Amino acid sequence: MDINTKDLKKNAFRVTKVRGITSSRIRVPGGLLKAEYLGKIQEIAEKYGNGTVNLTSRQGFEIPGIPFEKIPEVNQALQEIIDGTGVNQTGKERGEGYPASGTRNVSACVGNRVCPYACYDTTALAQKIEKVIFPDDLHVKIVLTGCPNDCQKVRMGDIGIMGMTEPQLDPERCISCGACIKACRSKSVDALTKVHFRPERDSYKCIGCGECVNACPNLAWTRSQKKYYRVTLLGRTGKKNPRMGVDFIKWADEDSIIQIIKNTYDYVRHYINPDSPGGKEHIGYIVDRTGTEEFLRWALKDVHLPDIAEVYTPLNWNGIEYAHNKYFGNQRYHEDGTIVTDFSEDKPKR
Amino acid sequence: MGYIIDREQFGKLFSYWQREYEIWAPKRFVGGGRFSDTDAVRYAVVKDPDEIEFEEKSAYSWKETVLPPSETLFYFTQTHVEEAEAPKKKRLVFLRSCDLAAVRRMDQIYLQNGAPDYYYDRKRKDLAFVMIGCPKSCENGFCVSMESNMSDNYDVSLDLVNGEYRLDVRRDDWDAFLAESGAEKAEISPSRVSENKVKVHVPENLTYEVGKSSMWNQYDKRCINCGRCNFVCPTCTCFTMQDLYYDANGNVGERRRVQASCMVDGYTDVAGGASYRKKNGERMRFKTLHKVLDFKERFGYQMCVGCGRCDDICPEYISFSNIINHLEEGMKEVENDGSRK
Repeated sequence: MDINTKDLKKNAFRVTKVRGITSSRIRVPGGLLKAEYLGKIQEIAEKYGNGTVNLTSRQGFEIPGIPFEKIPEVNQALQEIIDGTGVNQTGKERGEGYPASGTRNVSACVGNRVCPYACYDTTALAQKIEKVIFPDDLHVKIVLTGCPNDCQKVRMGDIGIMGMTEPQLDPERCISCGACIKACRSKSVDALTKVHFRPERDSYKCIGCGECVNACPNLAWTRSQKKYYRVTLLGRTGKKNPRMGVDFIKWADEDSIIQIIKNTYDYVRHYINPDSPGGKEHIGYIVDRTGTEEFLRWALKDVHLPDIAEVYTPLNWNGIEYAHNKYFGNQRYHEDGTIVTDFSEDKPKR
Repeated sequence: MGYIIDREQFGKLFSYWQREYEIWAPKRFVGGGRFSDTDAVRYAVVKDPDEIEFEEKSAYSWKETVLPPSETLFYFTQTHVEEAEAPKKKRLVFLRSCDLAAVRRMDQIYLQNGAPDYYYDRKRKDLAFVMIGCPKSCENGFCVSMESNMSDNYDVSLDLVNGEYRLDVRRDDWDAFLAESGAEKAEISPSRVSENKVKVHVPENLTYEVGKSSMWNQYDKRCINCGRCNFVCPTCTCFTMQDLYYDANGNVGERRRVQASCMVDGYTDVAGGASYRKKNGERMRFKTLHKVLDFKERFGYQMCVGCGRCDDICPEYISFSNIINHLEEGMKEVENDGSRK
């Protein structure tokens, strides 16, 4: 059997532990698709796979148990789903499946089509971003969540987008019930205080979650017409140095986010380690190498942030350091409980 | 006299009204709803006939036209008091039959329950009413049960049917204006709801004893005492006072009255820190019996007009009509308990 595994992976099939057997990875931008495509997925799984379907961690589907020789047929069958989920196929003929797999499925929480907390239509923005960034082989994870509850865990992605609203108070509709103050204190950041019987918002503290709006019985608080977002940067998992994404911009707008994403691709293309395994390198590690300033120089090119936007300066890096012992030297103990001070005299305990 | 006019003629009538009146009507606030990308429909001043929301029911009632959520009554210094200005214009209110029935309840409390309320009266005397016809029942309304579907005390009724404005005009000056402008005369009576999906029955034997029923207990947990049901209610009249001092020494400021809710914390707080109804079930009992028992005992007719707004807005899906319909069972429960003792 002669298979170009590089091409196979790029075509969104996986090299599995079973020789000659692959699995097909289906993107679902924003995690929403018409139910009819579930039928199509079932059909592929039963006809070409082993009759099971895996729900992936990034809201796609993975159909396991497909023999390599069935790939062309599976790609034909996938076409309907690719069309239906609005996935670009630039540079590829129809019927040949996904043209790339490096850029990961843009995942999103259920958003404001369903959830009362969500501050925007996460599905629509995810689909819009998908159109901008896909297909691309660069390993980029973009995650969208509707509000600061962050159910989608955006801080685990390279670029995290968290919905915000700027609460608007019509003081004449306020009946001083205190529901907003209570909600903000118990569920959010305690940004409201009662001043002259009415709430006063500390805009430095406010994270734009909209709890005050939801709590207000009289529509004294409403949402801003303009939608805002918190953008987080360079969260990553993996074997080296996982860390949560850090705050980048508070009160960003959609246009700025799209431009920042485009810029980030340019930056990665320019600076990615050409020897990185499989051509994949978490953006965070690239930034570690070039320095944050250089990344920001690229990321903010031609970005026109709204007046209200705040760019976190400096970026507050943090995170888990698996190689902590290498840099700082962890504590070890002798049998009698005393601390090992000279590492050369002892081996780590197992 | 009845008339059928088109949009252009209605625009002229609207402008004619505007000379004398500020026009209040249900208005759609796009993106103004509680949740993201939702609209709000509530009362506001409309400047153009097309701003009037004829389809969707207003989440908040007509009462805001005369009883705003917050109203400054007067301003004070150490030695002087200055009354807040009354509205400069009269107000013409577009409302439906249930709300028009609620006007009578509001008047009952503010004008005929002891001395007339000055601040209410000075606005109320300048109100005129356009009753919007209801060709069909709204989802949660039970106006037929509460006999508020046949309100007749309007100055003009209006049905908007396929772009035609059908008016039943009761005011001579408006009649004259329409006749002069060559409006087409017709026999018009406003469309009425004759049956609701929701029907309620207030039991004839209802007494305060029902307060001892276990039916209220479920609301201790279900109800979150947010007060939405009160704030949207066209017949809730309660307010509280706020003295707001502009300066630290407390000599200069204003007095406001602000809508209050018997469901919200603080309503029954008294000197010494006591509070009479702490449990939400007790508050629900109080509200219910005020709406369908106490008011009727005092004034001879039901307070609740069955607009169903409380049901529309309750975030916990508590249905007031359902509570009314459980009163009969509640009465049976307490009567049986009584017979056992």
